[in-house]
Amino acid sequence: MSQRVKEAADRHSPLGLTEDDLRRMYRTMVTARLCDEAQFRLNRQGRAPFVVPVSGHEGCQVATAWPLTRGKDIFVPYYRDMAVCLVAGMTPKDVFLGVFGKADDPSSGGRQMPAHWGSRRLGIISGSSPIATQVPHASGIAYAMKYRGEDAVVASWFGDGATSEGDWHEALNFAGIHKLPVVFVCENNLYAISVPLSKQAGISELALRAEGYGFSGQTVDGNDAFACYEAMKAAVDRARDGGGPTLIECMTYRFHPHTSDDDDRTYRTREEVEEAKRKDALVIFGGYLKDVGLIDDDGIESLRAELKAEVDAAVDEAWNAADPDPESALRHVFAEES
Amino acid sequence: MMAEKNIVNTIHDTLWEEMKADDRVLILGEDVGARGGVFRVTAGFMDEFGEQRVIDTPLAESSIVGVAIGMALHGLLPVAEIQFADFIHPAFDQLVSEAARLRYRSNGDFGVPMVVRAPWGGGVHGALYHSQSIEGFYGHVPGLKVVIPSTPHDAKGLLRAAIRDPDPVLFLEHKKTYRLIKGEVPDDAYEVPIGPADVKREGQDLTCVAYGLMLHYCLEAAAKLQEEDGVSVEVVDVRTIAPLDRQTILESVRKTGKAMVVYEDNRTYGAGAEIVATIAEEAMFDLDGPLVRVGGPDIPAMPFSGPLEHFYMPDAEEIHRAMKELAAF
Repeated sequence: MSQRVKEAADRHSPLGLTEDDLRRMYRTMVTARLCDEAQFRLNRQGRAPFVVPVSGHEGCQVATAWPLTRGKDIFVPYYRDMAVCLVAGMTPKDVFLGVFGKADDPSSGGRQMPAHWGSRRLGIISGSSPIATQVPHASGIAYAMKYRGEDAVVASWFGDGATSEGDWHEALNFAGIHKLPVVFVCENNLYAISVPLSKQAGISELALRAEGYGFSGQTVDGNDAFACYEAMKAAVDRARDGGGPTLIECMTYRFHPHTSDDDDRTYRTREEVEEAKRKDALVIFGGYLKDVGLIDDDGIESLRAELKAEVDAAVDEAWNAADPDPESALRHVFAEES
Repeated sequence: MMAEKNIVNTIHDTLWEEMKADDRVLILGEDVGARGGVFRVTAGFMDEFGEQRVIDTPLAESSIVGVAIGMALHGLLPVAEIQFADFIHPAFDQLVSEAARLRYRSNGDFGVPMVVRAPWGGGVHGALYHSQSIEGFYGHVPGLKVVIPSTPHDAKGLLRAAIRDPDPVLFLEHKKTYRLIKGEVPDDAYEVPIGPADVKREGQDLTCVAYGLMLHYCLEAAAKLQEEDGVSVEVVDVRTIAPLDRQTILESVRKTGKAMVVYEDNRTYGAGAEIVATIAEEAMFDLDGPLVRVGGPDIPAMPFSGPLEHFYMPDAEEIHRAMKELAAF
């Protein structure tokens, strides 16, 4: 491997990202990775019946969530979007309250499977398991923002499989007709559980589909957080300025099986997975921070140790939190009298 | 002040008033704009309220409902129109997996204050795909309210209540009643609460439970039975299919001791089955006769040809026969 160039090209300043942004983005990516490692450990220990991994997607998730403004813009994620939700304001403890199905799980109070994120306070719209059903909600929210004259933007995230669903096409069509302030973000990890992209679509770049709905699409390297951020920032700015929707396709890879109940050895070679891990966005982003002198190897190690201690503490706190009252299962079918 | 109106005009006027009163209310659906709706429910709306509030959507029912959910999640009060109830099926997932579950799955954090209007029901030569009864599908789903007004008075009051309701309401309008049924509609701003059933005719000898077009056939049959045989039939208008007002139905059955349910959906697993089951569970020992169901046959749909359609639809004569038989038991 060649020596790294000391005076690395500055990629962040031209994008408007500060050194503080870089540090916090990196922290969020590492936190997501550590939460993932912890939830799989808990799954193998029999303490977490079902977990949905994020590893491999952290870079594109953090980078595409970063341009949104918390408290104003709306996040419409899917179940793999732990890092999107961390950017939106969820904490590791929130993640594990969900993993353990506890009463204070902010997403659902232990009603939904883990990773079905939602929080009115944080502007994260509650999601379900059927694929792409959240995408029309994003278009409806965007319509409401435009109708109400808000200076706000909504973003919806989904996987490559979602782009086969009718709801996905209907949502993009509606957004295109009304030039809505919405950004559609595809985290293309090449597999819808086991079905490869070649059996999912007759085109190789899903971003091309945007053109059919009257707006532009762009495919970016999902392991390059700056490329993801740049595309997303431009899309969010365009949406806010009345320029309508954008589809961004981030080419990424999931390092783990689809969920803790999946076995990816039936459809992916170990070599392919190992090859993808060599392009880990988290390592690439950390490498950039080193190149520009924001961190060194020791700093990465101590940051990891610090965040792991936080995650471990979050696991313990969540594990010891109260379970939901069984009878509470009957509540919230309809609005309750206040 | 009162005015006599038919149901379609009542819904038009009520929506108009609601749009005037609250700019969070907007309408979306197929042909609701320039065309004013295929039944003319939104005639003149686009000129008055503009394209932003009266949205001619693409021909895609799932996103009509899905987009309306998004609007409702962000401070609006959408009234979506599905042109015919028969075409609502692509939106089943959005209604059942999303609208009905958002509040529950978020532990009360989110609500979906949305109304989905849909003309339903047969007797208009609508054949397989313009005649369906869908209340059984959606009445089965906790989290959805399913409302069926059968008179102009109730149409106004229930629609106002539905638009103000914090939860999703499926508002079903029987299309044969649209212009057939007329009645007095008060001018004042009243609501008919979602939930309570309504006794439309008081009686002592027999309870007949119905909704939609069948309610009117039941009232006709009950009048005839009173006149010809002196039998006094109590007719209960369900009005809200879900959540079902068991109390009003049971109180009536406990009083009369005999009960029948009339619905035009095919009999099996329909709303009538739930009503009969409720009576059997709760009022078995108050009954002096068998529980009777009058409904459509278990064939996939209502056919087009006059004789075939007539064969499918229960009518006042058939209901009268069933009433008379039960009364004599």
